[in-house]
Amino acid sequence: MSDLRELYQEVIFDHNRHPRNFGRPRGANRSAHGYNPLCGDKVTIYLRVEDGVIRDAAFEGSGCAISTASASLMTEALKGKTEAEASRLFEGFHDMVTGAGAHAELGKLEVLGGVREFPMRVKCATLAWHTLSAALKGGGEPVTTE
Amino acid sequence: MSAVSEVALAPQEPAYDVERVRAEFPILAEKVHGKPLVYLDNAATTQKPRAVIDALRGYYEHTNANIHRGVHVLSQRATEAYEGTRERVRRFLNAASAREIVFTRGTTEAINLVAQSYGRSRLKAGDEILISALEHHSNIVPWQLLCEQVGAVLRVVPIGDAGELLFEDYEKVLGPRTRLVALAHVSNALGTVLPVRRAIELAHAHGVPVLLDGAQAAAHQPVDVRALECDFYAFSGHKIYGPTGIGVLYGRRGLLEAMPPYQGGGDMIRTVTFEKSTWADIPHKFEAGTPNIAGTIGLGAALEFVERIGLEAIAAHEAGLLEYASGRAAEVPGLRIVGTAPEKAGILSFVLEGIHPHDIGTILDTQGVAVRAGHHCAMPVMQRFHVPATARASFALYNTRAEVDALIAAIDKAKELFG
Ligand SMILES: Cc1ncc(COP(=O)(O)O)c(C=O)c1O
Repeated sequence: MSDLRELYQEVIFDHNRHPRNFGRPRGANRSAHGYNPLCGDKVTIYLRVEDGVIRDAAFEGSGCAISTASASLMTEALKGKTEAEASRLFEGFHDMVTGAGAHAELGKLEVLGGVREFPMRVKCATLAWHTLSAALKGGGEPVTTE
Repeated sequence: MSAVSEVALAPQEPAYDVERVRAEFPILAEKVHGKPLVYLDNAATTQKPRAVIDALRGYYEHTNANIHRGVHVLSQRATEAYEGTRERVRRFLNAASAREIVFTRGTTEAINLVAQSYGRSRLKAGDEILISALEHHSNIVPWQLLCEQVGAVLRVVPIGDAGELLFEDYEKVLGPRTRLVALAHVSNALGTVLPVRRAIELAHAHGVPVLLDGAQAAAHQPVDVRALECDFYAFSGHKIYGPTGIGVLYGRRGLLEAMPPYQGGGDMIRTVTFEKSTWADIPHKFEAGTPNIAGTIGLGAALEFVERIGLEAIAAHEAGLLEYASGRAAEVPGLRIVGTAPEKAGILSFVLEGIHPHDIGTILDTQGVAVRAGHHCAMPVMQRFHVPATARASFALYNTRAEVDALIAAIDKAKELFG
C-alpha cells in the first residue's frame, strides 16, 4: 500500500478530479494529438507560443488518473517557459519517471516520481509530454506511445 | 427419467476438487507484492500445469530431433510424438481425420492461413466476408488485408446492449454475396457465447462456409467440430494450459485439399525442381519449415491434462465462479459489468465510476490480483459500449471463490483510495 500512496498522491487525485487548463484555449497556435493504444488514453495539447515563449498551455482528452494529472501538471509548469526550457523539463521528467538516476529539479512535477516504481505506467505519465514535443515541433501526425 | 429414479440411480458426483487442480500448477504458489498470486487474466493466457512443463523438459532431454526426415531413433521418437499430438487434437475436437488438423503458431496464424489461402484463392471483387461486432482484432484484420487484396467487402453483424449477437441482423446481412462467415465462438472482451450452431446452419443453407475463432472456447467447454458442422476452427495452445507459439487450425478435408499452400519451404513439398514444385498432402502442405515440435508436444500434454479433469466439469466449475463473481460485482456501488449476455463464459469485464481501468489494474496488482485492463484487442467493442477500456477478470479451472473475494476486496481498496 505504501508504494500505492507514493504513486497516487493527493495532488494527483486532485488534478485527476479537477484538471487545470482543461479545454481548448483561445489563440492557440500549436497543437498535437497523442494516443496510447494500449489503454486508450487520448490527449490533445494546445499551446500559444510567442517569440519562442509558451504563453499558454492547455489540454483535452480522457485517460487514467496518472495521464490526466500529468497533463494537468504539465500545462501548469509550461506557462512562461521558453521552448528550450520546456524540452529540458521533459528530459528531467523523463529521467525521473524512468528512474534514470539523478534528474533536474522539477518542482511540483515531483509528485509523479512514484511512477518509477510502476514501469507499466511510465507511458501514462509521459503521454502528455510526448504530445507536447510533437506540438512544439509542429508535426501533423498524432503521436502514440507505441 | 423421473425425479425419483434420478435420485435413486445417479451416482454420487465427485465434487470438483479445485485444491488438487491448483496443486498441479507450480506458479500458483508465487507471491506478488508479498501477496498470494490471484491470477485472473486467463483470457490473455493460462498458467501451465506440471505435466506440460515436464513434457517440454522431457522432450529436450530425451527426444529432441527434427521430424519427418531422420532415420535415427530420436527423429523417429520426435516424429511419433509430434504426429501423436495431431491424433490427440483430432480426438479432442472430434474431427473425422488427423489430416484435418494443421499446426500453426496460434489462433492468429490459423485465421491468417484461411484468409490468405482459402480467401485469396476463392474470393473476388464484391464478394462479402461476414464477421460480428465483437471480434478480436485477429478475426478482423486478416479479413481487412484480404479485402484489400481481392476487393472483397467486410460486413459486420451488430451486437446488442448485453453484448449478444443480433441474430436477426445476422440473417439479414447473410446474403447472395457472402462467401465466408468468421465468428468468435466466445468473445474475449465480453464473455458472450455466440449461437454458433444456428449461425452455421443458416450459413450452410446459403452454401457459405464458416470459420470459428475458438481461442476463448476450447479450454472452457467441449468442442465437437462435427456436431457444430463448422468448416474451420482455430484455437491457441497457450490459452488451454499449453505453451505459447503453438495453435491449431481444423479444416474440413475437402476444403483443405483444394486450398493452395500458405507458405513455401521444407516439409510442405513432394518434389522440387526449378521449373515447378508439387505439394505434400494435407496437413503437411500447410506446415512449411521446421515446426514448433516442443510446443506441439507440450500442447498434447495440455490436452491430456484437460481431458483428465474433463471439460464438462471445468465448464460447470467456471460457470459457478462466473455466477458468484457477477453477483458479488453487482453489489459494488458504481461498478458496471460490460457484457451481460444470457449465454456467457467465465469472463467479467467491468468499469468503475470515476476510476479508469488502467488505475484499477495497477491497484489490483498491488493486492496480488492480476487482471487485464485495456481494450482487449477488441477496440470496436470498446467503441460500441462507449468506454475507453475495461478491466477484465477471466476465470480458469484453478480459480476459487476465495479468489473472487480477493478481487472484490481489491476493488473496494481501489474505491477507498480514489475516495
Ligand atoms: C477471441 C480471440 N481470438 C483470437 C485471439 C488471438 O490468439 P493468439 O494471440 O493466441 O493468436 C485471442 C487472444 O487473445 C482471442 O481472445
